[in-house]
Amino acid sequence: MNPKTPLAIQILVSTFFIVLLSVPIVLGLKTKKSVTQETNEQAKATALDLFGFYIEEVSDQVGVDFIHQPPKLDVKLDHILPQIASVGASVSVCDFNNDGWNDFYLTTSKYGEHNALYKNLTDGSFENVADELGVGNINIKGSGVSMGSVWADFNNDGFEDLFVYKWGKPELFLNLNGQGFENISSGSGLPAWINSNAAIWFDYNNDGNIDLLIGGYYKEQIDLWNLENTIIMPESFEYANNGGRNYLLENLGDGRFKDVTFDKRLISTKWTLAIGAMDFDNNGFQDLFIANDYSVDELYLNVGGKEFKEIGKESKIGYAPKSGMNVSMADVKNDGKFSIYVSNITEMGILLQGNNLWQPVGNVDRIEFKNRAGISGIELGGWSYGSQFGDLNNDGFQDLYLANGFISATKNNSYWYDYSKITGGNKNIISDATNWPAIEGRSQSGYQLNKIWVNSKQGVFADVTEYVSGIPPYDSRAVAMADLWNRGVLDVIVANQNNNVSVLKNYIQKGNNWIGVKLEGTISNKSAIGAIITLVWDNHSQSQVISGGIGFSSQNQRGIHFGIGKSASVDKLIIKWPSGIEQIIESLEVNKIHKIKEGNEIS
Amino acid sequence: MKLADEAIKSKNLPILKRIGEFLSRYMAPLFISLILLVGHLSFGILEGYETIMIAIGTSIIVDLAIGKLYTGKWKNLTSAYISGISVSILIRSTFYWPYALTAAISILSKYVLRYKGRHIWNPSNFGISWMLFTAPLFVAGLSVQWGNNLLPMVVIWMLGMVIVYRAKRFHITITYVISFLVFAYIRSLITQDPFLAEVAPLTGPMYQLFIFFMITDPPTNVRSKKGQMLVAFFVALVEFVLRLNQFVYAPFYALTIVGPIAKYIDLRMTNSKPQF
Repeated sequence: MNPKTPLAIQILVSTFFIVLLSVPIVLGLKTKKSVTQETNEQAKATALDLFGFYIEEVSDQVGVDFIHQPPKLDVKLDHILPQIASVGASVSVCDFNNDGWNDFYLTTSKYGEHNALYKNLTDGSFENVADELGVGNINIKGSGVSMGSVWADFNNDGFEDLFVYKWGKPELFLNLNGQGFENISSGSGLPAWINSNAAIWFDYNNDGNIDLLIGGYYKEQIDLWNLENTIIMPESFEYANNGGRNYLLENLGDGRFKDVTFDKRLISTKWTLAIGAMDFDNNGFQDLFIANDYSVDELYLNVGGKEFKEIGKESKIGYAPKSGMNVSMADVKNDGKFSIYVSNITEMGILLQGNNLWQPVGNVDRIEFKNRAGISGIELGGWSYGSQFGDLNNDGFQDLYLANGFISATKNNSYWYDYSKITGGNKNIISDATNWPAIEGRSQSGYQLNKIWVNSKQGVFADVTEYVSGIPPYDSRAVAMADLWNRGVLDVIVANQNNNVSVLKNYIQKGNNWIGVKLEGTISNKSAIGAIITLVWDNHSQSQVISGGIGFSSQNQRGIHFGIGKSASVDKLIIKWPSGIEQIIESLEVNKIHKIKEGNEIS
Repeated sequence: MKLADEAIKSKNLPILKRIGEFLSRYMAPLFISLILLVGHLSFGILEGYETIMIAIGTSIIVDLAIGKLYTGKWKNLTSAYISGISVSILIRSTFYWPYALTAAISILSKYVLRYKGRHIWNPSNFGISWMLFTAPLFVAGLSVQWGNNLLPMVVIWMLGMVIVYRAKRFHITITYVISFLVFAYIRSLITQDPFLAEVAPLTGPMYQLFIFFMITDPPTNVRSKKGQMLVAFFVALVEFVLRLNQFVYAPFYALTIVGPIAKYIDLRMTNSKPQF
């Protein structure tokens, strides 16, 4: 203390200092305060009363016992294998046999293990028919292992076909009238080998033939089982450009695809983990949002189906490099504008990237976004992967489910220190896997709960995880939403890394109404991928888009589900088809799934 | 900064010499501003200008107000500016308030945590360490790494070396760096992790700010050259121990522990006047 300073001032300043020092401690204690534990039945009643729904794992009861298995790679990667082999659990929903009930496909990532196609038996249970129908045994030694899948009717025959992307040889299966699948990969124009964790179907030139975009992760020249050297890791944790290339494969309409990636200027070798398609500039062509690990995300405008133009920086999404692992989109404010949710990493005290909610603030002439995840309440997840928007309580607003958790191994023994040590290094050090400290059975951001956020009507979300779900923490990866039992309710399927898949049945409070919409293109692609549907009811309006894959390694049900709250009727449904046709349908019956053909009346 | 103050006493110097003296006096804030500017324009390290405005603004306001209360005079704001800018670069939060709180704690520590009328902690080191230790739910350390590129690292190291050399602090930086490398080698033997993995942090921007600005801070350092080198060695030694115990922010904590102990011993051994 300065002896000349009055004692009163010294005491005052010292007291103020002590108060400031105590602020983070007090706030930390307040944040950690746990909610009151209730019995299971009390918790369900509370959840229904407060939030209008709760979810419950029913995998065993409905016959789903699939377990994801990780790959075993080159021995030179053994010391960090849990980190390298940390993806591959995926889920994609599809009604493959057109019986009106959602089925789903799951991937595993170990040689000799079979993928699963769970057929909906319509009695509440599911049966794995993958081997019987020819899409199970594809993790064959020498051909690589599965990382994810997406469905679309690429030959417009009325049945959804299946594309499986791998660390290895990609596979394309033609759906034979819902009775089986034929592997038509050979000669179809697919790349010989990829190391991919993302793919979507979309019709980039609106010619009615659905095209395929595959994102690259590791370089396509790398065979992870037979490494030539160990310089395979990202060269930077912020601006890595040494990932795999992307593939834009144009559907030629005769069962073959042509690589038009470079012609269409979709040139990038970032480490892509997720892709979403949406017509952001309202020119009738789907643009692309690409989430990249170890780098900034990218936004490609589709210039009339002729080429793509990257506007990441202009649109403000391409500045802060994070760990982009998911792209999902929703009209979160019911204002007809689609926000983009990108998941990243949040590890308290170590790495606070926060997830991004990119909300449009520009117009069709000036595409610009602002990250409003913080004020929307959905910024802090964990080590986040897939997420999906969907109206979980049918109140007319889009809620959010987020998967979390990286490596759950030895508890209370974390790899984070070593990870932070190596990631601070120069590119020559970090790009060589040999320089990485061994994981030795430690966890990293493990045992994290998934998050469920309810949209409280203005695009502001509330974390209701502890109230509506008692699901244990897995290392969750892919999330898909689908009405699995045709109840007018969105259920959730979560693919967990190295673990059982979670089928989560959603129970909602009675009283909220809904409308289901299934589209069939006639001029547009048959799957209607890219169609934007707007439902108008009771001074509300909500838009949704039909996607050919969204989230992280996932795909929701093809049909669109709208909750409409207590409203007993709707005003109209506006469909903007990829062909450019705008169709308006009035007088739709509620609590029913409506099948709509392009240009025709509903059935 | 004090060395430069003495050098600039005469106001009758030729203009070029006065510019040179000005640059010399404000080399540290200019250099850290340059790092911030280049880092933000090329790598977006600030993720927005709000946080730096909050941190620097809080530092300056608190230093002005408390300085006036304590001394009756308006303070030179160079120190507050450096503290604010260090806080805005070295912590990360998804909230705004931690930037203000860290800056305020840093500046207040100068006035409250004193011995023989001198502050014994480097202000921003204390503030950042306190927040990293007590508020892991709200703050983390710097995660941006200049793109992990060699060129920015080499440029900053060269510029930094020139600046600490001119400020007669080179011996501190070089002692710490050599000690770190030796301890990194020993750690690699103990942990069986690759030597390059142990060296890797030294190549990142967090360390560049640490070795050029924090451990060389004149007011919180001991007086003799040998003593300064010894302190730098002990900082590296304590950091070595903390790293073996997997403390992510080991260098900050090591300086927080060693710095005031060294300053206390130094002040006990010498007569010194109170200083703000």
